Amino acid sequence: MSAPKRVGQHTIQFANPPVIVATATVVGPKEGEGPLGNTFDMVIDDSYFGEETWEKAERKMLEEAVKMVIAKAQLKPQDIDYLLAGDLLNQTISANYAARSLGIPFLGLYGACSTMYEGMALAAMLIDGGFAHHVVAACSSHYDTAERQYRFPTEQGVQRPPTAQWTVTGAGAVLMAPAGNGPRITHATIGRVLDVGIKDPNDMGSAMAPAAVDTIVRHFQDTGRGPVDYDLIITGDLGRVGHEIATKLLGEQKYDVSKNYSDCGILIFDHERQDTHAGGSGCACSAVVFAGHLMGKLNDGTYKRILGVGTGALLSPTATQQGESIPGIGHGVVIEKL
Amino acid sequence: MADNNKQAGPPKKPLTLAEQVKQQKQTYDQQAYQRLADSVKPRPRVVVNALNAFWIGGSISALAQVITLVFTSAGLNTRDAASATVIIMVFIGAFLTGLGIYDEIGKVAGAGSIIPITGFANSIVAPAMEYKREGFVFGVAARMFNIAGPVLVYGFIVSVLIGLIAYFLK
Repeated sequence: MSAPKRVGQHTIQFANPPVIVATATVVGPKEGEGPLGNTFDMVIDDSYFGEETWEKAERKMLEEAVKMVIAKAQLKPQDIDYLLAGDLLNQTISANYAARSLGIPFLGLYGACSTMYEGMALAAMLIDGGFAHHVVAACSSHYDTAERQYRFPTEQGVQRPPTAQWTVTGAGAVLMAPAGNGPRITHATIGRVLDVGIKDPNDMGSAMAPAAVDTIVRHFQDTGRGPVDYDLIITGDLGRVGHEIATKLLGEQKYDVSKNYSDCGILIFDHERQDTHAGGSGCACSAVVFAGHLMGKLNDGTYKRILGVGTGALLSPTATQQGESIPGIGHGVVIEKL
Repeated sequence: MADNNKQAGPPKKPLTLAEQVKQQKQTYDQQAYQRLADSVKPRPRVVVNALNAFWIGGSISALAQVITLVFTSAGLNTRDAASATVIIMVFIGAFLTGLGIYDEIGKVAGAGSIIPITGFANSIVAPAMEYKREGFVFGVAARMFNIAGPVLVYGFIVSVLIGLIAYFLK
């Protein structure tokens, strides 16, 4: 029954860990003004990005990020075997329409805000499995498209509760290959959908934290590692609330992560200055923080080995209105500079 | 439980499915989890929010009163002055929404800027602006009452009920 590239119950250990040869990021103006502003490749100065609608702007950001990552690796779109991409909009239109103009064989993904890590894990499997040479994993989100789909029209005068998070406007793309220079993906622990009964769509950090913790604990059990084995453990968009809950839950299971655990949603915005309440969220949150800030730190040797956990709240406005609680998921990927 | 932070040796013996389910149920007893989440969540600043709602909502109402007084002193009767005031306040709410100011006021004022009629105007103009890109029929017209719709529906129902009660009590 045992598959040769698996360790423990749920973790994949790649035989030839695929290399992240290039990454690219495009972000909106607010993200550009944030503490990680100088780690992004491109900051657009208008949330419309020269388009008529925010949806078209989001799609264009995703397209630009994919084109940029291919150019950075000195390749052409026809050299890419698969594009794995997704976003938050209904029927993942940003990814679909971006793929329409890119012409790369395309697999659409939906993992809510965990899409980037879902894409990286699948891309690594395709490459290590010998099914592909170059794979691009990408995703996008946009504050205004997410607001109008999940919440209220943007000009509506409503007060956001302190647990609410701010959807990151941006797109991130990662190009992976079997060999080359760059950090490698050594392990992946695929998430389980976990629902702890949180019903407040303005409090996604609490809804997702147990799923992230579940993945981290399973990863540790499968690999025999612990928090000390990682320079950084970083979740996607749990925000301030989810980060604190996750720290407590891991502590209850005797994993002390107080020194080396952070969250992309906390890093991307300046809490005091930018009025983003509990922090950033959205597919682009973990994508641009990974593809910008974390890749920089891996490449300059600050971090040797990190465990990234992309977190997603798998809700829809319809499900919420029908009284459903919010299921969460977390996909873990180990990135190591060998 | 053992200290998991040490560099561990070989992977631990995986739990059986039954053990996992049991562990999950223990860890994520929903009520216990909700209590944990509540203990971590930042509290809304109730006093500050209430004060902001009071003075901003009060100022909007005071402005409306001034407008009414101007109209009555100019010779309109009370009823016409009230209608004219409503028209002006709706215009102000719509105008500030169009300029992108009303949502900034709402961020601070909360209910203070939702309850006055300017808030009603905001709740109609905001979706109308938002959905213009989906066209004038299925965008603007269809979505305009997305948020104000429930207010209108239940407002009408209650007014009919009160009308019936008033009719039979007469």
